[in-house]
Amino acid sequence: MTAELVRGQNHPLPQARLEIRVSAGKPIVAGATLSDEQGTVHGVEWVAHPGSPTLPGLEVSKQAAADHRLACDLDALPESVHRVSVLLALPSGGPGPLRFGSVAAPFVAVTGLDGSEVASYTITGLDAESAVVALELYRRQGVWKVRAVGQGYAGGLAELLADQGLPQAHQLAGSINEAVAQGLARSVAAPPPRTSEGDRSRHAATPALGQNQGGATPQGAPGHVSPQHGHPGGPGHTAPGTPGHATPQGGHPGGPGQPDPSAVTQPAGAGAGGPVNYSHPGRQAAAPPPPPPTAPPAQPGQPAQPVAGDATGWSMEERLYNQVWGMFEDLARATAAYRSAVDFAESRMEQELDKVLSDPRSRIGGQGDAAREAARAKHSQLVDRAREALDRDLAQLTAEAEVVEPALPPAFARWDNPVWHGYRVPMEIPMALRLGDLHLPESAGLSIPMLVRLPLERGLWIDSGRSGSFDGSIADSDDLRRLGMDTAVAIAARLLAVYPAGEYTLHVIDPAGSGASSLAPLVQTGVLNGPPATGAAGVTDVLARLTQRVDLVQMAIRGGAADSLPSDLDPAEQLLIVNDFPHGFDDRAVTQLRYLADEGPAVGVHLMLVADREDATAYGPLLDPLWRSLLRLTPTPDDHLADPWVGHAWTYDPSRVPPGSQVLQHVLTQVAAARRSWNR
Amino acid sequence: MTVNMTKGQAISLQKNDGGTLTAVRMGLGWQAAPRRGLFGSRTREIDLDASAVLFADKQPVDVVFFRHLVSDDGSVRHTGDNLVGGVGQGGDDEAILVDLARIPVHIDQIVFTVNSFTGQTFQEVQDAFCRLVDETNGQELARYTLAGGGQYTAQIMAKVHRAGAGWQMTALGTPANGRTFQDLMPAILPHL
Repeated sequence: MTAELVRGQNHPLPQARLEIRVSAGKPIVAGATLSDEQGTVHGVEWVAHPGSPTLPGLEVSKQAAADHRLACDLDALPESVHRVSVLLALPSGGPGPLRFGSVAAPFVAVTGLDGSEVASYTITGLDAESAVVALELYRRQGVWKVRAVGQGYAGGLAELLADQGLPQAHQLAGSINEAVAQGLARSVAAPPPRTSEGDRSRHAATPALGQNQGGATPQGAPGHVSPQHGHPGGPGHTAPGTPGHATPQGGHPGGPGQPDPSAVTQPAGAGAGGPVNYSHPGRQAAAPPPPPPTAPPAQPGQPAQPVAGDATGWSMEERLYNQVWGMFEDLARATAAYRSAVDFAESRMEQELDKVLSDPRSRIGGQGDAAREAARAKHSQLVDRAREALDRDLAQLTAEAEVVEPALPPAFARWDNPVWHGYRVPMEIPMALRLGDLHLPESAGLSIPMLVRLPLERGLWIDSGRSGSFDGSIADSDDLRRLGMDTAVAIAARLLAVYPAGEYTLHVIDPAGSGASSLAPLVQTGVLNGPPATGAAGVTDVLARLTQRVDLVQMAIRGGAADSLPSDLDPAEQLLIVNDFPHGFDDRAVTQLRYLADEGPAVGVHLMLVADREDATAYGPLLDPLWRSLLRLTPTPDDHLADPWVGHAWTYDPSRVPPGSQVLQHVLTQVAAARRSWNR
Repeated sequence: MTVNMTKGQAISLQKNDGGTLTAVRMGLGWQAAPRRGLFGSRTREIDLDASAVLFADKQPVDVVFFRHLVSDDGSVRHTGDNLVGGVGQGGDDEAILVDLARIPVHIDQIVFTVNSFTGQTFQEVQDAFCRLVDETNGQELARYTLAGGGQYTAQIMAKVHRAGAGWQMTALGTPANGRTFQDLMPAILPHL
């Protein structure tokens, strides 16, 4: 038999030992005040709060929580107590809400010890209030009753306590808040909220559009919600509560040591404050990702310490991928800001110098010199300021790169990253692959991993020609070809290594056998299905097989008959490395290659061409579409890649194995071993 | 504490506690045109566009509008073109976010404009407003009501300019005519 009370309604209490249950969506503070017949709270000893949770006949939680149970034994209360007011408040100073209007309406219920509800009350209609008197239990002619009060205070606990005639209201409110803050510090940290801030935007300074959007009334805003003095014992008559005198008899006898069997300690309501979980409880697949590592709050005036994986994503891998792309964009934009400022400074200086030059007066005396000097000073001042801003950004990005690089998984890591030494054949295909590093001349010390999504959407062209704008340190074109093939092998080895065993197959066409030394790691470790194809016959054979495969798979997909593919068809992704293109290619082979470049990626056949475009001039413009369809990479650093935001020319630096390192052999040996056991 | 700014009124973007603003948002909201007649497809939609023009020493150096959503330096971002307006709920239909701390050093003024891309004058647009909001706390700094603004298709709303170490905002509120910000350039220049 529950009575659902409305504001002002009362209800008799059948028993003396009661529990008062409070539930709110967010952690809140619960407390209680005792007052005499006139409604006066005689001192801090008459208030049960987290800092002093136990009074005779009354116990409250020690900390803020979303759910509370207050234990109350009306018979154990001192004789002079005629009223127990249950109060709720939002913890101040924390990250939580500052007004009850932004949380769900708190629900309060009076229950017996067995849990049977006597009366309940939902406190609605709150807005800017941050403290509220929820209920009062009061003695009327020897009988205890409960009344729904719902009196809110915009001024918080201090105002609430002052309204009850407590002279030290402000000090007490302060100490309650302190105790709550301590309790929060002790309790297990709540998981970081999965809301807008931090996660979604990369800038720590980006504001939240969350709860405060409606124009939050600052706490303690005067005059917005004034308490109603409806119940007896308003501030009018209780003012003469002289400080420190009116101690109730037996005011503090038991203290915290008094045992109370019905005391229920509450765990910190960490989870209860989170957002509503809409996932189906029986459906495990939709398990939420573990919370991302977020940067600790920054010191005021200082940028936040960077943390690896501080981006969105369902997995650490995805977060790192997004973070790397975020760094890429930030570096592009920071550099764009610097460049535009410098350009502007220069054009302004030129204009001013021109003006000086064309002004005949400036030719006499020192006026012209002074004007020129001023123009140059303005220029250098602006450039200095721009450089300062760029250095600030670069320092932040460098610090981020320093934590991100070591955290990268093999597919994203440089060959010199220790993660490769602990390499194991993966069970899953990674989302992206690092093809090399990118950097800009303004920030040579900071390189951004160049990550491309897997499976590759377009083929790769390792340009072994001299068309690139390299500095001429490598004079010999044979050296360039060898470097090109080394780069191709390093990328191919990386692809093999990051795919699960048997899910990536490598084909090599080396018509003249000129790439043998570069291909040695692949051949010796046995990760190839057969030796590199040589001669025109080899070219024809490999191309024919791959072309047939593309045809078959395309037909199967279009016909919706993927089951009818021949059983000996290798389901793995295929990569064809072609060295020395177009050596050994006839017209038919070139056509097949173009076909593979166009149609292959969609059905898992990829192309990596190591070629000098000059060698293929005989084909004329026929091959232009082929070159265009491939992603051009260079074996030496070369600035030919543009970012998608501003279009800077980024210098690409291939990811090569450090000289003398055995990491490639080590990794490929493991890949080969895994392939053998997988084939068996 | 919204300031309903009047033309030419300048307010400093200093916060009450002395710190300067770090991020502002220009929001633009309007109500979709009411559907008229039998053929729903023939109702004419209203497309208002918000733009921000970045000036260095009175020369336009960058612009953020629906065809260039992010300034090259990344400090000014447009949330995307809205072609039809909202449902009049008072929210922003288009917004431009300005990260004042990251604006390149040579840019000293940013002018915010509103254009009617579909050509309706502000008299025909219902519940149109533009406002500047302090992004850090969601407080509205300034608000204009565009609706009933007369036979104009554009408004030069406000400019945010450097003042000392911080930024200051000056309400301009100059009506003008034009389809995009380019048409407004002659009208903007006197305000720099």
